Amino acid sequence: MLSDYNFIGIFVVVALIFPFIALGLAYLLRPKKPNPVKTETYECGLETIGETWVRFRAQYYIYALVFVVFDIEAAFLFPWAVAYDQVGLWALAEAFLFLGILTVGLVYAWRKGALRWQ
Amino acid sequence: MDWVADFWIPLIKAVVVVLVLLLGGAYMTWGERKICARFQVRYGPNRAGPFGILQPLADAVKAIFKEEIVPNHVDKIIYVMAPGISFAAVLITFAVIPFGPEVDLFGQRVGLWVGDIEVGLLFLLAIAALGSYGIVLGGWSSNNKYSLLGALRAAAQMISYELILGISLLAVVLLAGSLNLREIVDFQGTWPLLVLQPLGFLIFLIAILAESNRSPFDLPETENELVSGFMTEYGGIKFALYFIAEYTAMVVNSAIVVTIFLGGWKWPALISDLHPLAGVGLFLAKVLFVLFLYVWIRASIPRVRFDKFMRFSWKFMLPLAFVNLLATAAVVAFL
Amino acid sequence: MTVSQVVFILLSIAALGGALGVVFARNLFRAALALVLSFVGVAGFYVLLEAEFLAMVQILVYVGAIAILIIFAIMLSRRMMSSETQPWNEQWVGAVVVAAALFAALVFILSRVDWPATEAQVPADSISQLGQALVSPDFYVLPFEVASVLLLVALVGAVIIAREQ
Repeated sequence: MLSDYNFIGIFVVVALIFPFIALGLAYLLRPKKPNPVKTETYECGLETIGETWVRFRAQYYIYALVFVVFDIEAAFLFPWAVAYDQVGLWALAEAFLFLGILTVGLVYAWRKGALRWQ
Repeated sequence: MDWVADFWIPLIKAVVVVLVLLLGGAYMTWGERKICARFQVRYGPNRAGPFGILQPLADAVKAIFKEEIVPNHVDKIIYVMAPGISFAAVLITFAVIPFGPEVDLFGQRVGLWVGDIEVGLLFLLAIAALGSYGIVLGGWSSNNKYSLLGALRAAAQMISYELILGISLLAVVLLAGSLNLREIVDFQGTWPLLVLQPLGFLIFLIAILAESNRSPFDLPETENELVSGFMTEYGGIKFALYFIAEYTAMVVNSAIVVTIFLGGWKWPALISDLHPLAGVGLFLAKVLFVLFLYVWIRASIPRVRFDKFMRFSWKFMLPLAFVNLLATAAVVAFL
Repeated sequence: MTVSQVVFILLSIAALGGALGVVFARNLFRAALALVLSFVGVAGFYVLLEAEFLAMVQILVYVGAIAILIIFAIMLSRRMMSSETQPWNEQWVGAVVVAAALFAALVFILSRVDWPATEAQVPADSISQLGQALVSPDFYVLPFEVASVLLLVALVGAVIIAREQ
C-alpha cells in the first residue's frame, strides 16, 4: 500500500516542478522595466481610494462555521457508507438519527437567517 | 528496492501524465475558443497554423516573454507562489484517477494509473481543498480590493460546493462499497453509476462546475463587477499559470466525472472485455464529451448572481444531496 | 537511510517548521499559512503510519475547513497587510515556564509508557471495519451519535455568536 503513496509522491514532485520551470523560464527571458505608474494598484484607472482592508460582511464567516460542522459530519459518514453493505438496516437507522440531529441544526440555522445573504 | 518497478516506471508515468494534462489544458483553451466561436457564429482563432491549432503555443510564448509587472504592496513570495500552487494542485488531483486497466508494456505489468490507493475518493476532495488555497493566496497577496473580494468569494463558493460534492459522493460510496476509484470503475462494469444515481450525477455535475469556478458559476472572476477577481493584479506567466490551471482543472474534473459516474474506461453492459488500449481511448472519448458539455454550458447559460448562488447552494443543493443520500441508503437497505 | 526515513525527516521539517512559523510570524495571515503547512506535515505522518483515512480526513477537516475558517476570521477582522502583530508580550517568561513544564511532562510520559507495537499488516478493508465499528452497538455507536449532538451544539453556538455581530 505504501508503494502507491511513493508513486503519488513522485507524481507530486513532478507536478510541482512544472509550474516552477515555467516561472523560472519566464524570469530569465522577460524584460523588466518597472515605473511608478505601472506598479500602481489597479483600480480601473483611478487612484486607489482608501485601504484594501475594508470590513467585509460577516456572512462569509458564518458560512465557514456551518461548513466546518458539515465537513466533519461527512468525514464520519464516509466509513459508514463503505461499510453499509455489511451492516444493513441497523446502519440505516443510525444514519437517519445522525443526520436527523444535524438536520435540526441546519433548520435552526435556516430559521435564524444565518444562511441568508443580506 | 526494485528500481525499475518502484522508481523509473512511476517517474515515466508521472511525466507522461503531467505532459498529457498540460497539453490537454493548453488545447482546452483553444477548444473552448473554437467551440464558443461556433456557438456565436464566429470562426474563433484561425491564424496560427491550420484551424489555429498552434494558438496555444503562440499564447505560451507570449506569456513567457511578457514584461513582469509586480504592483506595489504585494506580498512578493506568496504572490509568485500562488499560481504555481493552483496549477500543481490541479495536476496532483489526477494522481489517483485510473485511466485504463492493467496492461503489459515492455515486459512489465503496468497499471494505467499513478497511485491506486484505498481512499482515492477522499484524496480527490482533500486536494480540491488544498487547491482553493492557490486562489485565496493570490487574492490576498495582491493587496487589491477586487482581488480580495474575488478570493473571499472563491473561498466561500468552494467550501459550500465541496460539501455538496462530498455528500453526493457518499451515495456513490454507498453503492460501490469502496473509496478506491479503481474499484468504483470495476463496479460500473455493467452499468455506469449515472444510471443508478441520476440525481446524484446532476448534483455532482453542478457542484463540480461551481467548485472549479466555471461558468455559469465563475463568480470569483466576474469581469463586470470585480475586473478579474483574484487575478486582477496578475500578468504574464503568472496569469498564464492561473489560466491554464483553470483549463487543466476542466480536463481533470471531466476525468473525475467520467471515472465516478460514466464508467471510466469500461463500456456499459454486455460488451465486456475491451482491449486495454481501446479502454483508454474510450476513457478519452468520454472525457472529451464532458469537456464539450462544459463549453456548451458556458455558451448557453448566463452567469448567476452571488447571493442567489449561495442561497441555491445551502437551501436547495445541500438538502437535495441529503435527500438523495438517504433515499439511496433506504433503497439499498430494502432491496 | 531508507526512503521512508528521508520522507519522515522532510515531513518533520514541514510540521515543526510550520509550527514555529505560527509562533514567530509577525503577520497573522502568514501565521495561518504556516499552520496549514504544519497540518499537511502531520497528514504526511499519518500516511507513513498507513493510516490513510486519517490522513485524508486531516487534510479535509483541518486544512480544508478549520484553516479556512481561521483565515476568514483574520481577513474579516483585521487590516492584515499593513499591520504587524508583536509575538512577544510582557508575559513571555511565564509562557516559557509553562511550555517547558508541559514539554518535560510529555517527554516523561513518552519515555515511560511501553507503547504497544504490532508487526501485523493493516487490513485491506480497514475503512470498512472502521465503518462497522462506528455503527456497531458493541463498539462506538454511542460516541458516533453523541458526536452528532456535539456538532449540533457547535452549529447552534456558531449561529448565535455570529448573529450577534
